Amino acid sequence: MNILEVEGLRVSYSLDGDRHLQAVGGIDFRLGKGEIMGIAGESGCGKTTTVNAIMRILPPSARSEGRIMLEGKDLLSLAEKEMRKVRWGEVSIIFQDAQEALNPIQTVERQIAEPLVVHRGLDKREAVKRARELLELVGVKAERGSDYPHQLSGGMKQRGVIAMALACRAKLVIADEPTTALDVMVQAQILNLLRDLQSEYSLSLIYISHNLSVLSELCERITIMYAGDIVEIAPTEELFERPQHPYTIKLLEAIPTIAGSSAGRLATIPGSTPRLVDPEFECRFYDRCSEGTPECLEGVPPLVEVRSDHYAACFKREGIEEKDGSK
Amino acid sequence: MVLIEVFKGSVFGKLGLITLAFFVLVALIGPYIAPYDPWKTGSSADEILSSPTFSHPLGTDELGRDILSQIIYGARISLLVGFASASIAMVVGTTIGVLAGYFGGKLDALLMRVVDVFLSMPFLILAIVVVALLGRSLTNIMLAIGLTQWTRTARITRSQTLTVKERVFVLRGRALGATHFYLMTRHILPNVLPLVFANTTLVISLSILSEAFLSFLGLGDPTKFSWGITIRYAFQTGAASMGAWWYFLPAGLCIMVVVLSFTFISNALDEYFNPKLRSKKRMI
Amino acid sequence: MAQSSLIEVEDLRVYFPTITGLAAYFREQKYVRAVDEISFSISRGEIFSLVGESGCGKTSTGLATLKLLDEVEGSVRFDGVEILELNGARMRKMRERIQMIFQDPYESLNPRMNVEQIVSEPLKIHGRDFDLGRIRTALKEANLAPDRFLEKYPYELSGGERQRVAIAAALILEPEFLVLDEPVSNLDVSIKAEVLNLFLDLKEELGLTYLFITHDLADTFYLSDDIAVMYLGKIVESGGKDMIKENPLHPYTKALLSVVPTPGTGDGEEKIILEGDVPDPIDLPSGCRFNPRCPQKIGPICEEKSPEPKEIEKGHLVACHLYDD
Repeated sequence: MNILEVEGLRVSYSLDGDRHLQAVGGIDFRLGKGEIMGIAGESGCGKTTTVNAIMRILPPSARSEGRIMLEGKDLLSLAEKEMRKVRWGEVSIIFQDAQEALNPIQTVERQIAEPLVVHRGLDKREAVKRARELLELVGVKAERGSDYPHQLSGGMKQRGVIAMALACRAKLVIADEPTTALDVMVQAQILNLLRDLQSEYSLSLIYISHNLSVLSELCERITIMYAGDIVEIAPTEELFERPQHPYTIKLLEAIPTIAGSSAGRLATIPGSTPRLVDPEFECRFYDRCSEGTPECLEGVPPLVEVRSDHYAACFKREGIEEKDGSK
Repeated sequence: MVLIEVFKGSVFGKLGLITLAFFVLVALIGPYIAPYDPWKTGSSADEILSSPTFSHPLGTDELGRDILSQIIYGARISLLVGFASASIAMVVGTTIGVLAGYFGGKLDALLMRVVDVFLSMPFLILAIVVVALLGRSLTNIMLAIGLTQWTRTARITRSQTLTVKERVFVLRGRALGATHFYLMTRHILPNVLPLVFANTTLVISLSILSEAFLSFLGLGDPTKFSWGITIRYAFQTGAASMGAWWYFLPAGLCIMVVVLSFTFISNALDEYFNPKLRSKKRMI
Repeated sequence: MAQSSLIEVEDLRVYFPTITGLAAYFREQKYVRAVDEISFSISRGEIFSLVGESGCGKTSTGLATLKLLDEVEGSVRFDGVEILELNGARMRKMRERIQMIFQDPYESLNPRMNVEQIVSEPLKIHGRDFDLGRIRTALKEANLAPDRFLEKYPYELSGGERQRVAIAAALILEPEFLVLDEPVSNLDVSIKAEVLNLFLDLKEELGLTYLFITHDLADTFYLSDDIAVMYLGKIVESGGKDMIKENPLHPYTKALLSVVPTPGTGDGEEKIILEGDVPDPIDLPSGCRFNPRCPQKIGPICEEKSPEPKEIEKGHLVACHLYDD
């Protein structure tokens, strides 16, 4: 059972004149109910744009096309009034920068209580009581609820932001780089917390990060994005053991690890990410790919299943299953 | 050219710039285009306080002097005082502001107390004191205005300096071994000046208004014409009750239009400098 | 200490006063002890890492080593010269030999200067002639094609490119020692790999010595020869990279190493997740700084006495009562 099905999502920004910047170029993916999926990619790959499109919090200059089906309801076709009910009531987001996401002049419990009042119709006292329960749930002592954000540590603020996202028991929770700005120990605490919450409440979670290692700690499946396209989707173990897309392969070789620290130089990818203002006619990774051949210029490679439940968008990997005969 | 880019997006900015350019032009070539010598008094009775005619497009005053010519000559003085006093204010204010912000500590405390002293002096009292002590001349008016306007610039540059000082590229400059002077002129000042320029247009319009005000009160240079002086004479003659609108209205309108132009320009500058700062942070 | 020590830091203290302004004359001063008597040395040609979480004092240490802070006490010797006692002019001369790369590539370049001006600036500051040849060489050393980049302004460059401009500017005076303050923390994965590799290449080609400051343990192990782990202003453990990797001694080090995310589904090793947050440096725990959170706390001694560094194996030091005899 899928809680989210994205079909043909395309997001473009209009620039001066007639030019457009295609931030997300027609992607498809799904999220199962109770599943944690990671979306990985470097800056500008479109991962944040994608989730902002789901929440419909893109700036006015952005245009989204395609379908975003949340339990059968197409979010892109909803009127703003209806979408407002969806936001937080059904889909919520944990932002990266807790400092920015919290209102500095309001107590933490008030901020967690707010969506409960708006979306669940609770009265203020009830909502604050529930907010305190949520704080305990995320590992913050309930008394701290009456503190202001600046009185809390980075880790506690981030937990507060998580509590906020969980307040209305949203069907889908999106976490946009929630631990990127945190120290490694606090990050471990938060990842643990998310893991516990997910298993206890069967959260459906999309986790975005540029850090593949973090994703592998938490997610069951990982999607790799590059220049606005999805280039690979696979279960975590499968992705790391048998990466298919040349970009993914190189990316994995570029990650330093403690265990492998004496193993020689990290891999690097020549060139730089393509400009997204240029229209897409062929594989966007071709210029930097060590395996590219002229046939890669024949069109945009589609995302196809190249191994069992393992998808890649690469002409060179299609038909691989027939080659090695395993399924 | 930078100027073109700044005003590209702003209709009002262009309007302001063109209007101002017009007045500056008039001021520069004034003596060549003024139909009469503004001091030349009228010869016959019907040339006294006459309403606009073909030969005197803006009429005459109580001494038969052509008002259009007065306005044109007045433009030179009003604009000169405006620009000059604003320049004084800008230079003094920026220097003090940057020094206070950069060095902080006791120097900052001292300089800010000086600023406070000047701020606490009512502009008018100070101007009267200066003129009373030093005489009614153009230079002294510029001095009086400059002395009161510099404080705003000082405050703004000081706070901007405090912000810029903390930026990493300044720390990097220190790590490279730059002297204080180098850091202030090469790193702090270029990042403070855009704000100063945006502020300066306001200072200029305030200076022009101040000059008009002081001249209206009789503290102006009696040997020159300025818009404020013209209004003063008009007031003294009772032009308003006599219905001689051509006497006081043009000068007042000129002041208003010039100040408005500066406001439009200042807004356009603001718009220009802010989006630039925002667009600098880009995704990789 | 080692014969070819280029940098020798002894009993370094960075105490920030918390009460400033006029009030300082009336009230008793309270200090934030950002760096609390640490000592280490770096040999010529070595890459030495200071690693730790926020608030551990690593950045303050880096700045102190370059005399960029006022509140520094102790001893920092560069090539035998006591830096902290140098006057303005002599320190300026010294800065030709020691340079720094900063963390935020978006902030460390003056937005109003183009690449040519930025890279040539050190020449100007030190009274040398403008030398386009040297500028081009410096850019090439930083893997930036001079013709493409000389005219560009920072806002036209990516984060990785900006860092490389900063590197070129740091190299132009041919320094011997570079302090790298989280130089790759703000960069994407593949760009980070490029810049880290660049640092390794430059070390080989130009014989540089680095003090590498970071919170990322994986980066530390990739780049460094020797590592010092800091916690709340103290060095809790230091030693060669392999020693620390194979035989971490301090409970904090062990915890940190266990929670670093690794790609793939991991080796099943137990994670030591510490409770709570790093305490505020204003309100330091008594005795061993780490005692409130330490999973291997022995007893009262940990609360009473701050442990001294002890050499357990050659070159491997740890400050922990577990290793008291």
